[in-house]
Parts: sequence; C-alpha cells; structure tokens
Amino acid sequence: MGEFFAGWFPAGWEFLGYTIAALVQAFLLVNVIALGAFVFIWAERKVSGRIQDRLGPTRTGGAFGWLQSLADGIKLLSKEDLMPKDADPILFKLAPYVAFAASFSAFMALPFASGWVALHLNIGLFFLIAVLGLEVFGVILAGYSSGSKWSLFGAMRQAAQVVSYEVPLGICVIVPLMICGTMDLVAIGDQQRGLFTNWLIFHDPFIFIVFWVYFTCAVASVNRAPFDLAEAESELVAGFLTEYSGMRWSLFFMAEYGSMILVSALAAILFFGGWNGPIPVFSALMDWYPDYLGNCWWFSSIANVFGVLCLLVKASIGVIAMMWVRWTFPRLRVDQVITMCLKYCVPVAAVCLLGVMFWTALGVPFFNDLAPAQERALVREGWFRTGEKQAKALLESLSSSTDIEEGEVE
Amino acid sequence: MTPLFAATTEAAINWHTLMFYVVSLCACSFAVIVAMTNNIVRMAFALIVSLAATSGLLFLAGAYFVGAMQLMIYVGGTVVLLIFGVMLTAQKAFITMRTNAGDWLVGLLVGGTLLAVLVQLVFLIPEWQSADYQSTSDAQLIAFANELKSQQDRGEEITAEQRRRLELLAAKASEGMPQRTGEIGLALIGVRADKIESNEKGLAGYLLPFEIISVHLLVVLVGAAYLARAKRHHQRGDQA
Repeated sequence: MGEFFAGWFPAGWEFLGYTIAALVQAFLLVNVIALGAFVFIWAERKVSGRIQDRLGPTRTGGAFGWLQSLADGIKLLSKEDLMPKDADPILFKLAPYVAFAASFSAFMALPFASGWVALHLNIGLFFLIAVLGLEVFGVILAGYSSGSKWSLFGAMRQAAQVVSYEVPLGICVIVPLMICGTMDLVAIGDQQRGLFTNWLIFHDPFIFIVFWVYFTCAVASVNRAPFDLAEAESELVAGFLTEYSGMRWSLFFMAEYGSMILVSALAAILFFGGWNGPIPVFSALMDWYPDYLGNCWWFSSIANVFGVLCLLVKASIGVIAMMWVRWTFPRLRVDQVITMCLKYCVPVAAVCLLGVMFWTALGVPFFNDLAPAQERALVREGWFRTGEKQAKALLESLSSSTDIEEGEVE
Repeated sequence: MTPLFAATTEAAINWHTLMFYVVSLCACSFAVIVAMTNNIVRMAFALIVSLAATSGLLFLAGAYFVGAMQLMIYVGGTVVLLIFGVMLTAQKAFITMRTNAGDWLVGLLVGGTLLAVLVQLVFLIPEWQSADYQSTSDAQLIAFANELKSQQDRGEEITAEQRRRLELLAAKASEGMPQRTGEIGLALIGVRADKIESNEKGLAGYLLPFEIISVHLLVVLVGAAYLARAKRHHQRGDQA
C-alpha cells in the first residue's frame, strides 16, 4: 500500500505516500475497533437478553433495536465529565487513552487476510502478546489516580490477574508457533491453506486442548466475566471504573471490546486457519486455471476480501462465545481465579506443549495429514531463500558475460 | 556491476532521521521527568513512556524482536514493579520522594561514569562507524561478486563454499539490518548466523553469557520462592 501511494509523488517525496498509507490504515483500524464495539455492544444486549429469557433492546432503530449502541454513544457523549477531588488529575485523564492506545496498537500487527496487514512484522505474534499485556497499565493508572478505595482494589486485582494469566497464555501461543516455525502471523495463516483439516487445531489432540486453555486465558486477560474481578459490580461498585463517566468511561469500554475482537481474531489465526475458509474455493480455482486466474490481481483481491470476511466471522464467533460464557457462569472469587491459572491452566498448557513437541518430532499423522495443501516449511519465510534467489540472479548475470558451466547454476 | 538492489534516492526530508530525533527526544525527556518528579506513581508512568520510546527506537532500527522484547520485559516489568514494588510496600513518606544533594551527587557520578563508558564503547564498534549499513553491505556483496567474476575469467570454478557466501551476503544486503529472530536464537546457542560469511575467529555467539544468566535467574526464582513462602511456625505438638 505504501509503495502504491509512494508512486504518486516525485522522487524524494515518497514519504508523503507512506504517510497517506499510514493514515488510511490507522483510519481503517480505528473503525475496526469502533464499529466492532458498536456491533458487539448491541449483540451483547441481545445475547444476554435471549440467555436470560428476555428480548433485549427492541425499539431503537427498528425491530431488533440495532441502533441501541448509537443511542448509548450519544448518551455517553452528553454526560458530564467528572473528576473526584482526590484524584491525581494528570494520570486520571491519561489512563483511558493508555488503555485504548495499547488495544489499538496491537491491531497494527494483526493481519486480516494474506498480506493485508498494516505493519507486516516477522514477529507479529510476539508483538501482539507484548502489547496486549500493556492494556492493564491503563487500568492500574485509573485505579490509582481515582483516589478511591474501590478503584484501587479493582486495579490491584486486575494487575494480579493479568500478570498471572500471561504465563499460560504465553505457553499456549508457543504451541502453534512451534508447529509453524515462525512468529509471522501472515505465514502462520498461510500455512493452514487448503481443506479445513489443515487448520492447526486439527494438528494433533494436544493442540485441541491447548485451544481451550488459550480461550480461558484470553477471556481472563481481556477482563471479561467470569474473570471480571476488576469491575466486580456486586463487590466493588464498578472497580477501576467507579469514578469514570462519559467519554473516558466509553474509551475503556472500547478498549475492552477491541481486545475481545483481537484475542478472538488471534485465536482464529492461530488455531482455525485465519482467513482460509473451510473449503478452498479460491485457491482451487487459481490452481485449476493457473494461466488465467493465477496471476490475476483482481481475482486475488476478491479472494482476500472473502478472506477478511472469513476471519471476521471466525472472530465474531469467538466474541459471541465470550458473551455466552459471561452470561452463563457466575463470577469467580479472587483465590479461585488464581487457582484456575496456576493449578490448572499452566500445568495443562505445559503438558500439552510437551505433547505437541513429541507429536511433531515423531511425525505422528493426524487430521492435518489427510489433505495437506503444501509443505509447511515451503510457506515459512526463509532468510536464506531470498539470498539464494538473488545469488542465482547475480550468477546468471555473470554467466551472460562469460561462459559458465551449465551444471554450476541450478 | 549493475546495482541489483534499489538505490536509495535522496529524500527531500530524511524522514527516518526526523523520526529518530522525535522518538529519542521523547525517551530522553521522559527519563529526565523520572528524575525530577517527586510522586512515585507519576515517576513510574514517565519511566514506562521512556522505555516504550526506547522500544520505538529499536523498531525504527528494524530490530523488531529486540523492540518487542523491550516492550515485554522492561515496560511490562515496570508495570509489575509499580504494583508489587511500589503500591503494596510504599509508605506515605516514600510515595512523595525528596532527593537530597548527596543523592544527586552520587547519582550524577554513577550515571556519568556509565555514560562515559557507553560513549567510548559505541565508537569502538567498526560497523557503527558508517552511518549507512545498507551501502556497506551492498559494497561487500558487489566486491565479492566481482571477485567471483574475475575468478571465472581466469577459468577457475566457483566452489560451493563461495556460492554459499555469496548467498549469505546477498541475503544480508537485501534484508537490511539483521533482524531475524532465528539469528538471535542461534547466537544465543553459539552460532553467529549474521556473521557466518566472515572468516574471523572468535565469533562463538553468546552461549556462555546465556547460561550464566539462566543460572542467575534460576537462583533469583528460588530465592523469591523462599522469601515469599508462607512462614510456618512449628510448635511442639502442632504437627499432625
């Protein structure tokens, strides 16, 4: 994208093109969070309503109340922005932005389709996990700076919880990384091309368990019920959010929904084939008509658009499942949350890590080997491969000037 | 030799350098704020911004893995420090700290010594003397390719080893700064993949420091577990 816009400008001014590309990407990503929050807040109301045998919103914007989130937004915008007398004014005002910025910047490295990513990092997965852990900092600042006991309690609980759950979450994320041999999220997604049996969750029985541990830890790390100890309405008024109102409060909420979408999309990429549909329609067509469709830019763009839809559908299913969990289970106690993490999630994840390691090393076949689309190692980016290609080009340019033995350049 | 790799055109504004100044100014000024503030939580906040800006510098240099490490270990670690080190233990006198003249003097002395050592070290490393890493590695590649060409002209065959070296040099030139995670991992277990083309001896990687740090961390963990364990006061007749 950057190269495309850079082509508009004369030599020496290419950075304007890159700036435009960055602005477009930032605009799109902010809208992923904003629209995602818009849709999912409405969905949460409907889902919770149905689970509790109610209707949920029915009037705002027609039969399904689909404009309810907009009404909520207008209400929040028009609320008075309050700040307690005891609050630390700088930190109190900064905290929502810190939380939102952490959630937003994680989206930078999240690919939505093969190659459709704002910032293609070769360590995208690691970056995501590192940035995701920073969101808690906004919560802690909010809790401390509010000058209220409820807020401080909420923040402390949240800190303990997130720091604990980072451990099993990290172990779970290592498992797909180990199978794919790369931290590049685009490469991880591309390696699961083909029939749905190629998705990593069907790699072996252990990774199937790992996914559930990942899901549990993801729910805990985005601070959703039954792990929402930081808010805990029945105990702490609203936890770290007690003193917030209006726009600042809604920024925290956007950050929470953004993180929900993020961890669900990450689960889709790591375990459920990312942007690859269950049946490979587009890549099969490309393989059948390699001359006509193989190099066709608009066809691959359509394939990518469907890939984005695929990923969003998978991520939405994850988010809906989180809502289902929220409205089904009661909130855990503090000690139960930590027990859950240290006594169950960590050992299960560690044992499964070993299991996947041996399964992969021994090459035991499973669903993954029913219809492999390609060798995983061929998709993995290689630093030697680019070198090989260019060395070959160099040697060919040498051989054009002098006669070189045919066997030398393969 | 045709320039295989995109020649860097002179940009109207050196965007990269400008960003470097902005981010490093952010890192430095927040570091100063850390030293100047009295409130310990604000201090921690400024420290986190400063460390995050440092990770921004690493991203700017293309060292993504180290940058993400900085975010994870230092920024994330500061969050933990803030909670468990400051908020749980700090008394009222510690929350607002006053620095007296003696502390300033000692701090300046230690910091200044470290700065002097680092500045001297930076100018000792030959790769950092040239501002343009890309042109250096391009020049290396082109020189080696020319060498091979003259070797062919003399009628000698290119050996597999030479071909491998050409591949590695080409990878280095096209990938820019070494940034692959695999290289860092290999260097930690004793193979310097980024310098594999050089014939220098003594590039054995960082296996020994890595092992020392691992053992050190293990000792720290055992110590922490020892200190944090529930203290049981055994009394006679207390045990079942």
